[in-house]
Amino acid sequence: MDFNIKVWRQSSPKAIGRFETYFLSVISPDISFVEMMDNLNKQLSDYKQDVIAFDHDCREGICGACSLYINGYAHGPDSEVTTCQLYMRMFRDGSTITVEPWRSRGFPIIKDLVVDRQAFDKILQAGGFVSVDTGGAPDANTIPIAKIDADKSLDASSCIGCGACVAACKNGSAMLFIAARTSALSFLPQGSIERAARAKAMVKKMDELGFGTCCNTGACALVCPKKISIEHIARLNRDFLLFT
Amino acid sequence: MSCKLISKVPNGPLSQKWTSHKDSLRLVSPNNKRKLEIIVVGTGLGGSSAAASLGELGYNVKVFCINDSPRRAHSIAAQGGINAAKNYANDNDSVYRLFYDTIKGGDFRSREANVYRLAELSNVVIDQCVAQGVPFARDYGGMLHSRSFGGTQVSRTFYARAQTGQQLLLGAYGALNRQIAKGNVKVYTRREMMDLVVINGEARGILVRNLVSGRIERYGAHAVVIATGGYSNVFFHSTNAMHSNGSAIWQCYKKGAFFANPSFTQIHPTCIPVHAKHASKLTLMSESLRNDGRIWTPKKKEDVERLRLNTLQPSQILETDRDYFLEEQYPAFGNLVPRDVATRACKRQCDAGYGVNKIGKAVFLDFSDALLRLGRDEIEDRYGNLFQMYQKITTVNPINQPMMIYPAPHYTMGGLWVDYNLMTTIPGLYAIGEANFSDHGANRLGASALMQGLVDGYFILPYTIGDYLADKIKVPFTDVNHPVFDETEVTIKDRISSLFSDNRSNSADFFHQALGRIMWKKVGMDRSDAGLRFALRKIEELKSAFLEGIYVSGSRYDLNYELEKALRVSDFIEIAQLMAFDALNRKESCGSHFRREMQTKEGECLRDDISFMYVSAWEFNGIDNPPILHKEILEYDYINIIERNYIL
Repeated sequence: MDFNIKVWRQSSPKAIGRFETYFLSVISPDISFVEMMDNLNKQLSDYKQDVIAFDHDCREGICGACSLYINGYAHGPDSEVTTCQLYMRMFRDGSTITVEPWRSRGFPIIKDLVVDRQAFDKILQAGGFVSVDTGGAPDANTIPIAKIDADKSLDASSCIGCGACVAACKNGSAMLFIAARTSALSFLPQGSIERAARAKAMVKKMDELGFGTCCNTGACALVCPKKISIEHIARLNRDFLLFT
Repeated sequence: MSCKLISKVPNGPLSQKWTSHKDSLRLVSPNNKRKLEIIVVGTGLGGSSAAASLGELGYNVKVFCINDSPRRAHSIAAQGGINAAKNYANDNDSVYRLFYDTIKGGDFRSREANVYRLAELSNVVIDQCVAQGVPFARDYGGMLHSRSFGGTQVSRTFYARAQTGQQLLLGAYGALNRQIAKGNVKVYTRREMMDLVVINGEARGILVRNLVSGRIERYGAHAVVIATGGYSNVFFHSTNAMHSNGSAIWQCYKKGAFFANPSFTQIHPTCIPVHAKHASKLTLMSESLRNDGRIWTPKKKEDVERLRLNTLQPSQILETDRDYFLEEQYPAFGNLVPRDVATRACKRQCDAGYGVNKIGKAVFLDFSDALLRLGRDEIEDRYGNLFQMYQKITTVNPINQPMMIYPAPHYTMGGLWVDYNLMTTIPGLYAIGEANFSDHGANRLGASALMQGLVDGYFILPYTIGDYLADKIKVPFTDVNHPVFDETEVTIKDRISSLFSDNRSNSADFFHQALGRIMWKKVGMDRSDAGLRFALRKIEELKSAFLEGIYVSGSRYDLNYELEKALRVSDFIEIAQLMAFDALNRKESCGSHFRREMQTKEGECLRDDISFMYVSAWEFNGIDNPPILHKEILEYDYINIIERNYIL
């Protein structure tokens, strides 16, 4: 397969960026999008040019590092996948593929396609945990947890923190990301004790860090590689109201 | 035992060793903990749990990670589960059985007292994780559910679908975030450790490369904890993440920490085979699948031929024409034999010409019986996300057709040598989790890596490190302007400079692939004297070729992925050398280490307990000299050493 890859290049956070188009030939339909990027980088390196910076690590859809905006979609045209699990067979041979970084005020660009997502860590530091120290925990079976609650908690806890939800949101809101964590904990007896304070603290931190507010368009849930449902945002709003 | 290797295993009965040892460890009072700094490198299960727990105790902790967030460490990708001797299933499990299974699984090449402690502490890890809000699988009555893993006859593996590593890491990362918010832990992301700083024989700090600015930064501490995982990426194709590397432990080795059992590397039996020419890594399919999936190949060569030509579907092959070779050869454990045993059996089957994909390097993992027995909904509930992952990669849905799987490098049992306190041979330098060697012998059992990472980080290191630091309460914070920091920084900068030259042309990947080919063929599943000698020659050639041919584009003072890779690959080449050297020295087969010259007539491992019942701990002896071997003789006081057998 042959492609024209139109990529956002930006040498540093303050530099002026631009699109560059590269032609890439003989690509197997069975390689992933990031492997295609490897090939493109090899071609650039062979011509002694600076390679394209992009985040990636586990390449099996779980670490949440990869973060490309492809042909106008976060993680590209396939559903329920991260960029590393998107395969070239999804694209038409000979087409032009546009690759951009996450675009959002909360995620400033570091270089090319790499953005700074430290804001996510800061939001979780504000309260995305159960306040227990190591040691002294009661036996794991002391408190029964209904299977359905454990399953729902895990559904929410599947969030990989990639940031696609923020990138897809016209307001650049991190509500789905926050809701995934608050729901994961609120469904469990261990986590529900702090649910109101947690919701308040995390939303407050999100506002401080320059993310927008939610207006329930649902774009976030559509692009989420882990199918995190927008219903968690409703639950987050309820937790938030509990506090006030 | 070598005079330099003092394992510090306490006296007393096996089941009392840890209890009595804890009582003898010195303490640091809360107001003195504030005066002490600890560096933790790596934020996987070991690093995050250690950093969080040390922060809770009141130490000043600095934690470093290579990615943009601690949550992205490769522990996140662990799928199947975590072992604990809870005996919730009432199947007569116990601490002793978990200990014994682990020792036997490791083919009697791990330290008895360490493994017992691991089993003993496994239960509190589950309690701790539940308290943190880890959503483990539950049964309908609300109790924890467990399943089986290889090498055991009980059900002791706790799990959260096939995302157990992710959920446990979110728990540890949550605890870490809490300490960061409190100011007890400071986190440094996108930093890669470049070297260890040893002052007056003690670990006193590290130098890191800021991966965004390219600057070399200095950090000091009273103790340094290495939690950087394993070095399976030496094989190029492995199930490890792209950034997983062996550089941190390798720099520690070069600074004097002994490297133990480097040749013990686990090849996991159930991975998706290389699917395309430019594939960059291999994807694991969890061992948990072997609870319900059956592994087989056709019995008839003509069926194999027709499968390869795609003129026959697997479902068309009659039951009587299928060879369920694990069930046949190991009736007592069936498909749930340990990884090394399953891997060798799959390899034997493919080598004999029964491989089922186009290149003859795959076997079937089939769920059709389980689908009939349990129904589609139950199977999807158990393995849904693994099936989805498999389908995205191969376009085949395992509900309709069996998976094709083949072994791939996955985990390294070898690592920095540590004593019972998890301290390396450099005072003040600790290694935890996969980065050390201590618990898995020559083969790790499934679901034991998560257990070890968390046991080390939550419950062992926070106790043992205090014993060392009790002496340091009057030692001031490390001065990062000390001449040793200056010298080390110059060495690092010279090393980086040497990689930049416009006259060369080969990328780091080029050398990494070449190294991977050598290692996979000669230092992989099947090793021999001649093969290992050949590998050592080839690695030496590759080392020179690398120095003369490596080309790195871009600038050193920038986010430069090519430079990062070049630095890691140059270390991988040296690690590969030590692996081959160790494999050549160990003229026996045990666990993952299979020497062709040493096998039973059934093709199983033939151990030589008289000559090789020791840990080989290698000491760096300069770049141009062979390393020095130190032997820690393994003594088993509480178990009988037997030939490892999964047939009866």
